[in-house]
Amino acid sequence: MNVPAAWYLVLAALLFGVGAFGLLTKRSALIMFMCVELMLNAVNLTFVTFARTLSDVGGQATVFFVMVVAAAEVTVGLGIVVAVFRRRSSTSVDELSEMKG
Amino acid sequence: MAHVATLILLMPLVGFGLVMLLGAFMRERQIGYLATGVVAVSFVLSVITFILLLHHATREVTVNLFSWIGVGTLHVPAALLVDPLSITMCLFVTGISALIHLYSIGYMHEEKDFKKFFIYLNLFVFSMLLLVLANNLVLTFVGWEGVGLCSYWLVSFYYERDSAASAGKKAFIYNRVGDVGMLIAMFLLFSRLHTLTYLAIFAKAGTLTPTVATLVVLALLLGATGKSAQIPLFNWLPDAMEGPTPVSALIHAATMVTAGVYLLCRMSPVLALSVPGRTTIAIVGGATAFVAATIACSQKDIKKVLAFSTISQIGYMVLAVGVGAYSAAIFLMISHAFFKALLFLGSGSVIHSLNGEQDLRKMGGLAKFLPLTFPTFLIGWLTISGVPPFAAFWSKGDVLANVFEYSKLLWILGVLTALLTAYYMSRLFVLTFRGTERFREVTQGHDPHESPWVMTAPLVVLAALSVVGGVLDLPWVHRDSLAGFLDPTFGFIPAIGHASGLAQTGLAVVDVAVAALGILAAFSIWRAGAEQPRYESSFLENVWHWDDFYDATIGRPLTVASQFGDDVVEPNIIDGAVEGLARSVVRSADGLRKVQSGFVRQYALATALGLAVIVVYLVARAG
Repeated sequence: MNVPAAWYLVLAALLFGVGAFGLLTKRSALIMFMCVELMLNAVNLTFVTFARTLSDVGGQATVFFVMVVAAAEVTVGLGIVVAVFRRRSSTSVDELSEMKG
Repeated sequence: MAHVATLILLMPLVGFGLVMLLGAFMRERQIGYLATGVVAVSFVLSVITFILLLHHATREVTVNLFSWIGVGTLHVPAALLVDPLSITMCLFVTGISALIHLYSIGYMHEEKDFKKFFIYLNLFVFSMLLLVLANNLVLTFVGWEGVGLCSYWLVSFYYERDSAASAGKKAFIYNRVGDVGMLIAMFLLFSRLHTLTYLAIFAKAGTLTPTVATLVVLALLLGATGKSAQIPLFNWLPDAMEGPTPVSALIHAATMVTAGVYLLCRMSPVLALSVPGRTTIAIVGGATAFVAATIACSQKDIKKVLAFSTISQIGYMVLAVGVGAYSAAIFLMISHAFFKALLFLGSGSVIHSLNGEQDLRKMGGLAKFLPLTFPTFLIGWLTISGVPPFAAFWSKGDVLANVFEYSKLLWILGVLTALLTAYYMSRLFVLTFRGTERFREVTQGHDPHESPWVMTAPLVVLAALSVVGGVLDLPWVHRDSLAGFLDPTFGFIPAIGHASGLAQTGLAVVDVAVAALGILAAFSIWRAGAEQPRYESSFLENVWHWDDFYDATIGRPLTVASQFGDDVVEPNIIDGAVEGLARSVVRSADGLRKVQSGFVRQYALATALGLAVIVVYLVARAG
């Protein structure tokens, strides 16, 4: 069965939109993290799609980089979220506004 | 000879270095004798060089030490020029300096800054020798500034006193004005002749246009008026009397203040090219001689009288230079160094004996208390008054005879000055040594004491020199003495025939007559007491209001302008610019900080919108 490349791209766009919507509307840091991951993986999907379509392995290689960086980012980010939660018993980002000008 | 000449210059520098580095481990006497010794050695070396030079074929030796500046076409060697003029200057500078160093050991005894005093003094002698021995204008300028700097340090030697500190500044600033003149002269000469070495300048001087030559001469004259305290820059010298008396004797009477005259004499081949320039020099000299002499008549401070007398005598020298009688100027310079150093050191001895009192009204009747100072001062007084056969009779007579040939008007001015000179010096003498004893209050009833031998010995030597100094250049052996030795250096002597024997005798009789008249007038007026006669106007005592004039024309406008700057420019324009900039930064920052709300989602939204804008832009451009 051969799925057209456009479907993958539409799926990726939908995933990205869901991620972006979640990022802009949710207050919980954890949910926002998941949304970011969703957006990253939507982009990954487009990379892979184009790699297949254009027979260029560079796109797949980039995906591995993105995954590694995302993993590292999650590690640091979750660490911060845990630390914030310990201090405030909440992960609402709206309360973290000490650095405002 | 080259090495000996170099050593003349280096000895005081060695003394300066030794006292500065090792002075802390030496006793007062050792410092004094070391500093005096190096200068004395310098004097001996000068004598040796002089004798060697007499037997030298061309009597002109250039000693190359090293190449100092080489930039483009400007080449300035550190080189010395040993010729009759420079060695004559060396001889009397080192000789008088050695005597005054010796005197200072006694005068500065137990002063707080004894060591510092001798450091300055040695550095001064080095700078002065550099000034006279240099073979180019730039090196002379180094010495010129060096003596000015030492003068500044020594005038404000008692820097705790406000008057001394400001007198030092005044001397420095007046000299700075003159220095500008000397620099302009150097620039002009270099731009036209592309060299600053004396002998090269003289060789090429003929190519200067008359206008440039006149400008150079006037610029040199400005330099000379600053250093030699002539009109219009003479006011600093009386104030410089705030320094210790040996300094007044050495720097502000015998040596440094004659540097301007030396410079003019040295540049005589350039002076020769400009008649207006030389006329200006003669008028400035004559006017200064007369004005300063009138002021000296009504000063109350013993050192101030001598200071104005110095200005007046240097005026004579400048007058002599102006009329082209260079060797007469140098002759007067040497004899003046003898008798004025003598008078200053004598007055120092008087001041020393009265615990620092300088007011003539608080002296009187000192003759019998100062058995050595009195007779030596007597000789100094007779010498400066122009009484034969003492030195100044011959040297001043030589100058006046030359002036007589040049201009009768200036000669009358000169004779009037001689009359005033005899008058004010006799006044000084009477008020100090004769009449009633008015000093008891100052000495708390004690008798004044004579000074120690280190102070009186130089007095005796200088008195002897004042008596016999005239033999350097007696009129009837004119060409075979000092003048004959010096004249080849000057290259150009204006063609004024020397007066006949009869005319010279007549002029000499006039000189003696005015001297006698001045002395008699002073004795009849001042024997009665120390009170100022009614007719003596405060105009003279206040130095012709010269300081007030500068104050009104330069000082006050400057103060007003500065006040304007402080009141208006500073707060409004300068502060306004700086503070306005700061305010605008603060204001824009106030606006910008609202963007930093602290809400992460707001940032995310901004990012998304920004991205959207970029995408739309890219799409629009592609489509």
